[in-house]
Amino acid sequence: MTGNLVIKLAGAAGALLLMSACATSNGPDVSADTGSSNAGQQAQGVVPGSQEDLEQNAGHRVFFAYDQYTLTAQAQSTLGRQAAWLKEYPETKILVAGNCDERGTREYNLALGARRAEAARAYLVSLGVDGSRITTVSYGKERPLDPRSTEEAWSLNRNATTTITGAGA
Amino acid sequence: MKKQLTIFLTILLFAAAPFAGASARVQIDITQGNVEPMPIAVPEFITADGASPEIGRDITGVVMADLDRSGLFSVIDQRAYIENLVNVNTRPKFDDWRLINAQVLVVGQVNQLTDGRIEVAMRVWDVYSDEQLGAVSFKTPADNWRRAAHKVADFVYKALTGEDGYFDTRVVFVHETGPKQNRVKRLMIMDQDGANPAPLTDGLNYQVLTPRFSPTQQQITYMAFYEDRPGQVFLFNIETGEQEQLGTFRGMTFAPRFSPDGTQVLMSMERAGNSDIFKMDLATRRLTRLTDQPAIDVSPSMSPDGRRISFTSDRGGTQQIYVMNSDGSDQKRITFGEGRYQTPVWSPRGDLIAFTRSYQGRFYIGVVRPDGSGERLLTESYLDDGPTWAPNGRVLMFYRETSPGAGPSLWSVDLTGRNLRRVRTPGDASDPAWSPLLP
Repeated sequence: MTGNLVIKLAGAAGALLLMSACATSNGPDVSADTGSSNAGQQAQGVVPGSQEDLEQNAGHRVFFAYDQYTLTAQAQSTLGRQAAWLKEYPETKILVAGNCDERGTREYNLALGARRAEAARAYLVSLGVDGSRITTVSYGKERPLDPRSTEEAWSLNRNATTTITGAGA
Repeated sequence: MKKQLTIFLTILLFAAAPFAGASARVQIDITQGNVEPMPIAVPEFITADGASPEIGRDITGVVMADLDRSGLFSVIDQRAYIENLVNVNTRPKFDDWRLINAQVLVVGQVNQLTDGRIEVAMRVWDVYSDEQLGAVSFKTPADNWRRAAHKVADFVYKALTGEDGYFDTRVVFVHETGPKQNRVKRLMIMDQDGANPAPLTDGLNYQVLTPRFSPTQQQITYMAFYEDRPGQVFLFNIETGEQEQLGTFRGMTFAPRFSPDGTQVLMSMERAGNSDIFKMDLATRRLTRLTDQPAIDVSPSMSPDGRRISFTSDRGGTQQIYVMNSDGSDQKRITFGEGRYQTPVWSPRGDLIAFTRSYQGRFYIGVVRPDGSGERLLTESYLDDGPTWAPNGRVLMFYRETSPGAGPSLWSVDLTGRNLRRVRTPGDASDPAWSPLLP
C-alpha cells in the first residue's frame, strides 16, 4: 500500500516535470505575448499559467480571522482574480490547502483547515470554475507559513493557499 | 524493539506474612482531592547468589523514582536509614524505621538464578502496625530489570491504594524535529518514565499526528499526512511493525480513538469541508455515521462501558463538549463555561472526562463529570493539549508549549493538579498516548 502511494506520487511529479519542460521550450514566444498584453507588469520571465504567474497576477492565498472560515471581502476579491485566471488556463488543476494558526487544539484545527479550504473552493466554483479541477486538503496548524509566535504570524498562518498541481493547454 | 514482555508474576510465591491481623492498616485514599505524600523507605535492594550490587541499585532507583513521581509517596533519603537489612525474609526492626518517620518500608532482594535469569523478591511493611502489607517475587531475564522494577512499584502502589498502578506501561508520542514550516513528525515509543525511547516510524515522507493506544493490544491508531494528500487514519502493530491505512477516503479521516474493547475505531471524517463522527468496526471495516451536522464534530472518545461517546462540536457557536449514546442518539452539550472546550477523553474508570480548555489566550487541562458537573482545571499554560489517561484513571499526561515559540514537551499531572511533572523525552515531543498495563 505504501509502495503504491509512493509510485503514484512519483508519477505525478514526473508529469509535472514534463509539463514544465514543454512550457520552457515554448517559453520565449509566449512570454513575449504576455509582456505586451500586461504592460507595466514586471513579469518578465514568468511563465504564463505557472504558479509564479498565479501568485503575481491573481494571488494564491486568502486569509481568515481567528477561528473563522468565512471569506472576507478581500479574500473574495483575491478569489475573483483567481477564478478569472483559472478561466484563462482551463486545463490547470489546483490544490487548495486550508491552514490554521497555532492557537487552537490540533484536532479541531484539522477540521477548521478543511472548512477554510472548502470555503475557497466553493467560492471559486460559484464563480464558474469547474469543481473537478479543484482538490482540497487541510494541514490544520501543522504547516505554518510564518514560524513565529506573534499575532502577525498567526494572521498569515490562517489561510487557504492555492497551488497548481497540473497544467495544460 | 520487540522486547520480551513476559514476566512471571508469582504473588505470594514465597512465604506470606504470618504477621497479619493487626489493627488499622496504613492506606492511601486517592479518591480524596488532597493527598499528603506518604513517607516511605526504600533501602537498596539486597543482592544475593552472585547478583551484582549494581542491578540492585538500578532496580531500587527505578522503584524510588516511580513512587516519587506518583506524588503519593515521599521517599525518605537513604542516608537517614538506620537498620542495614541483609535478608528479605528477616523481620525488620520497626523501631529503627519509626525513628526516621517512615510509615511504609519496602524491602527487596535480587537473586541470581542458575539459568541466567534474576529473581526479584520484595515485601511491603506497615511500619506502624508492624504488619506485612504484601510480598511478591518475579523471575525475569536480567536485561529486563527495568520492567521488574516497575512491577515492584506497581505492587507497592496497589498494596497502599487498593488500585492498580500504572508504572509498567509505555507511552507512544510524536517526536518533532526541524523548523516549524517543515517539521518532521515521527512516532516514538518509550517506557512511562522516559526510559528506552525508540522510533516506530521514520517520518521521512509523512507526518504523524495524534497516536492512540489500543486498550487491549499492543496496537495504535493515528493520523498521517502523505505528501500533500488529505490526512488518513492508520493502524500500527507495535509487535510486528505492520502498518495499514484504515480505508481509503476522498476526504480527510482524523482524530481516531479505539473503543474500550479494541474492536472499533471512532474517528472524524471530512466531506466537502464538514467533519462528522463515524465509527469503524475493525473486523468488517464497516463505517457507521454517528453525527450529521453542518457544524464541526471532532475528537470522539467512548466511555469504558461502551455506551456513550463524548466529542467536541461547534454547533452552538464555539467548541464545547457533547455526550451522545454510542449509536449517535441523544446528543447533549455538557460544558457551558467561558472559552472553548475541546479534546474530551473519557477516563478508563468512567467517572471523569478530561479536556482541553482555552480561554483568553491561555490553555488548560481539566476534568469534568460526564453529566457536566464538577469541572476542575488542573493545569494552565501558553498551550496545553492532548490529554491521555494512565490506565488506572488517576494520572493524565499531555503536551505543553510553555511560552510562545517554545517547543512542545510532555508533562504529567494527577487529579489534584498539584503533582505536575515534566516527562523526560529525547527532544521535542507532543501527542502522548498511554498504553494499558503491560501483560
